[in-house]
Amino acid sequence: MAAPTPTEVEPTELERPESDEVVQLDKPWVTLVWNDPVNLMSYVSYVFRSYFGYPKSKADKLMLQVHNDGRAVVSTGTREEMERDVEAMHGYGLWATLQKADA
Amino acid sequence: MKRFRGRRRGGAHAEFEQPEARLIANLAAQVAELLGSDSGAAESDDPLAGLVDIDGSTQPPDDPVLRRLLPDAYRDDEEGAADFRRFTERGLREAKSRNAQILIESLIAGGMSEPIAADAEGDVEAPAEPQVEVELDADGVQAWLRALTDIRLALATRLGIEQDDEQRWTRLPEDDPETYVHDIYDWLGYVQETLVHAID
Repeated sequence: MAAPTPTEVEPTELERPESDEVVQLDKPWVTLVWNDPVNLMSYVSYVFRSYFGYPKSKADKLMLQVHNDGRAVVSTGTREEMERDVEAMHGYGLWATLQKADA
Repeated sequence: MKRFRGRRRGGAHAEFEQPEARLIANLAAQVAELLGSDSGAAESDDPLAGLVDIDGSTQPPDDPVLRRLLPDAYRDDEEGAADFRRFTERGLREAKSRNAQILIESLIAGGMSEPIAADAEGDVEAPAEPQVEVELDADGVQAWLRALTDIRLALATRLGIEQDDEQRWTRLPEDDPETYVHDIYDWLGYVQETLVHAID
């Protein structure tokens, strides 16, 4: 986890991305939260709000997606950022994994 | 138990009967003890490992409860999962143990006492015991939310709880030990639910 992340580079040193595709390459990882039979729906929604800072509507939507579909993408970013999110989710007792966005 | 109610600045307050408080404290202590065991980190014989903080285990724990509390971060990437575990597992174990400890301390601060021993005839002296008054600041609330979650995950793993399996538990005889444990699991869910609503 010592590798520098692109976000730590001064923005002024970076060339402007020329297309959306370049921006996509910059964020190729996602954090998934998986459904489990234990965690309370109210708690899962609370975690999404308090950790990610999502508004209640988005947190509830993601929580229901986890509940109904078995999983949901809860954040997107660099691999290092997603490892940080997964570690935080495990701290809350949520079952989370990370993977490449297109996997 | 009287449900959690919100306090200023993200705090919360609840009252527990003495046996309820002792039950939660006992379960939290068991989870903390489990988190302190079965750690591959202690087996490292590399003298440099401790210095550079990479002496963490790379293998998932043997105990199914620990595997649920400390799950793999990668599903189809063993190397990635091992590396993640090496760098995060010890910290997660310590944070979870600390949460359990904070929970126990707040019950003691609230007046939790030792159980009263039975007398020679086996009768239990039962003077009116004062309620345990749990007063939490915002940090205490966070510790309780996480510790209650870990206790419930541990009980659910031991019981084999699955999605939508309520009927399995209602069909069990009342004197089945699993019924007792499942009742505790349900009750802890209620406790946690009131805490989430108290701070929301």
